[in-house]
Amino acid sequence: MGIKTSDDKFFTRVDKGINNDFMRKAVSGAQERMQGRRLDSISALGDWEDWRNLAEEIRQHTLENLDFYLEQLADNVVKNGGNIFFAETAEEANEYIKSVVASKEAKKIIKSKSMVTEEISMNQALESLGCEVIESDLGEWILQLDDHDPPSHIVVPALHKNKEQIRETFADKRGYKRTSDPKEMALFAREQLRKDFLEAEVGITGCNFAVAESGSISLVTNEGNARMATTIPKTQITVMGMERIVPTWEELDVLVSMLARSAVGQKLTSYVTGLTGTKEEGDVDGPEEFHLVVVDNGRSKILGTQFQSALQCIRCAACINVCPVYRHVGGHSYGSIYPGPIGAVLNPLLGDYDEWKELPYASTLCGACTEVCPVKIPLHNLLIEHRRVMVEQAGKAPFAEKLAMKGYAFAASSPSVYNVGTKTAPSVMGPYSKNGLISNGPGPVKLWTDIRDLPELSKGKDKFRTWFENRDKGGE
Amino acid sequence: MKVSLFLTCLADVVYPASVGKSTVEILERFGCEVDFPKKQTCCGQPAFNSGYHRETKEVAKHMINVFKDAEYVVSPSGSCTTMLHEYPHLFEDDPEWKQKAEQLKSKSYELTQFLVDVLKITDVGAKLNAKATYHTSCHMTRLLGVKEAPMTLLKSVEGLEFTELPNKEQCCGFGGTFSVKMVPISEQMVNEKVQHIEETDAEVLVGADLGCLMNIGGRINRQGKAIKVMHIAEVLNSK
Repeated sequence: MGIKTSDDKFFTRVDKGINNDFMRKAVSGAQERMQGRRLDSISALGDWEDWRNLAEEIRQHTLENLDFYLEQLADNVVKNGGNIFFAETAEEANEYIKSVVASKEAKKIIKSKSMVTEEISMNQALESLGCEVIESDLGEWILQLDDHDPPSHIVVPALHKNKEQIRETFADKRGYKRTSDPKEMALFAREQLRKDFLEAEVGITGCNFAVAESGSISLVTNEGNARMATTIPKTQITVMGMERIVPTWEELDVLVSMLARSAVGQKLTSYVTGLTGTKEEGDVDGPEEFHLVVVDNGRSKILGTQFQSALQCIRCAACINVCPVYRHVGGHSYGSIYPGPIGAVLNPLLGDYDEWKELPYASTLCGACTEVCPVKIPLHNLLIEHRRVMVEQAGKAPFAEKLAMKGYAFAASSPSVYNVGTKTAPSVMGPYSKNGLISNGPGPVKLWTDIRDLPELSKGKDKFRTWFENRDKGGE
Repeated sequence: MKVSLFLTCLADVVYPASVGKSTVEILERFGCEVDFPKKQTCCGQPAFNSGYHRETKEVAKHMINVFKDAEYVVSPSGSCTTMLHEYPHLFEDDPEWKQKAEQLKSKSYELTQFLVDVLKITDVGAKLNAKATYHTSCHMTRLLGVKEAPMTLLKSVEGLEFTELPNKEQCCGFGGTFSVKMVPISEQMVNEKVQHIEETDAEVLVGADLGCLMNIGGRINRQGKAIKVMHIAEVLNSK
C-alpha cells in the first residue's frame, strides 16, 4: 500500500467524507480545540515569530548539511554499540528489518507510533514473516483493531472516530463490556497492551528527531508507550525518515518545544524520551541490541529542488488542524497516510503526479497552513509550485484549461482585446440572466452556478468605466 | 497626492460602478487626485494560482507598464493587491523586470491599508444604519498582512452596529478556480460561512474582496436569504 490508503477516486473519497456526519463533527470539534490550545501554548513562549525563524534556520541548516549530520549520526550510533542501516527504498528498509526480526526468531513485535513505518508498509512486511505486530499508540491500536482502518491524521490517527465507535470496536474485537467513558476505555487498552509489552521480543519505534552529536534518538509521546517499547524488548529497531535529524541537543530543545505546542498545544508532551545506544552494564533496562534504519524512499530526490522546504516538516500537523478543506472532507479524502496541506505537498513528491494530481488543487490557497507552520514551510506556495510543474513540465493540464489560460493571458495583456471581450460578455451572458442574477450559466460558468448565483455582468452606463469617462467630460 | 486606481477585473467586468465609484470618492474626499489608467486589465491571479506562470508574466508586464508612472496604486481588493506584490517573485531570473516589479509593489496598496497607513485616517465620516459583520479575506490578512485597517475604519461608521463573525479567519471557499474545480468542497465551506454570518444576525455582510463577496453573496442568493452584501468601499462611502 505505501502511502496510499484507498483505491477510490478522489471525488468519490471526498463525497464519502462530506457525507460522514460523525467524522465531520469530530474533525471540526477537534480542529477548534487544538487551535485554541496551540494559540494558548505558543503565546506563553513570547515572540512566536522569533521562534519560527529560529526553527526554520535549524531545519534549513540541517538539510543543507544533511550528508554531514547523517554521517556523524551513523558514527555515533556505532560507537554506542548500535547498528545503522541506510535504506534507499521501502523494500530495502523492510528487508533489513525482516532480517533482524528473523535473526531473533521473534514472533511478537510491539510498536510505538511511526509514520515512516506506515509509509513503507512495514507491518505487512513483518506479518508476511508470520509475526504479530502490535501498535501500542492508543489511536493506532484502535485503528489496527478496527480491521486496519487507515489513519486520518498524522498525530491523532483515529481523529475521525468518536468514542461510541471506539467502544463498539473494543466490544466486537476484544469483548469489552464497559461504557464509552474515555478513561474506562483507556484503562482497558492499557490492560490489553500490557501483556503484549511484556511478551514482545522486538520493539520498533519511529523517531521524532535523531541527535547527530551523540547518536541518540528522541521520542515524544503522551502515553509512555514508546518507553515501554524501548525498555522491555531485548531488541530495538528505530525507523526514521532521513531528514528527521538535529545537530545537537540544543536544537532538539527548540524543536521539541515547538513540536509539542504546535501539535497538541502542550508545553511538553508527558514523555520526552532520549535514547543513546544499547543497555550498558549496571543499567536496569533498555535493549541489548539496537538498530537504526534511516529511510530515504524518495526524500533525497526532493533535496536541492524548489520543494526542499517540505523536508523541514516536523510532522506536528498544525497545518492539518487549521485547514478549512481538511475540516470538511476529513483525512481519508486525501487517500494517503499524509493528509492535509503537508500531505498535498508531500504525496506528489513521494509518489507521482498521476496518482496525486488532484491534491495540489484541493486548496483555496488561503494560507492558513503557511501561517501556522512552526518551521515556516511555505505550504500554499508549494501547492502553486506543484500546479506550475503539472502545467509546464508534467503535461497534466487539461487541454481546455490550457486554451482558456492562453486566451485569458492574451486578453489581460492586450487592452483592446480585453475591452472588446468585456463589452461582449454581458450580451453573451444576457440570455442566462434573470432579475439581475445568473442561476444556470453556460460552459464553465455552469460549475459556478451549480451551487451559487452569479451577478449579471455590468454593462453600458452601469459600468465604472462609463461613469468615470462621463465624469471626466464633466457629465457628473 | 496622486493616486492611480487599480479597479480589478471583478469590479470592472462583473460588478456595476458602485465599488470603483466609492473608492474614487473616498480618496478624493481626503484630497487625493485620482486617475484611472484605462489600459488596465487583471492582476493575473487566475493564471498564477493555476500554475500558468509564463502567461502570468505577460499579464504582469502589461500591468507594470500601465502603472509605471503612478505615484501610488490603490485597489479595492486585498487579494489583487497581494498579486501585485507577488510580481517580483515571477521575475527572479530577469533583473530588469524584477526591479520594475519591485517598484510597482512598493507603491501598491489595498484601499483601507492606504487610508490608514498612508493617509493616516481613522474616521472616514461615513454613516450607515445597519447591523453588520465583516469577512476577513485570507489573502488580505495573511499574505498582504492587512488585519486592523478595515476594522479601524468600520468602527468609525456612524450607525453601524457591529458583530464579529465566528471563525472569522476561516476561508469562505472561493479560492479562484477552486470554486469551480472543487465544487463539492467549496459548497461545504461557503455553507459554513453563511451559517456563521446568520449567527451574527447581521443584515449586511461587509468584505474587502469581491471574489469572496461574489462567492458568499452568490450562495446567500441561492439560499434565498435576506442578507445584503457590501464592499467595504461602499460602506465607507455611505452617507
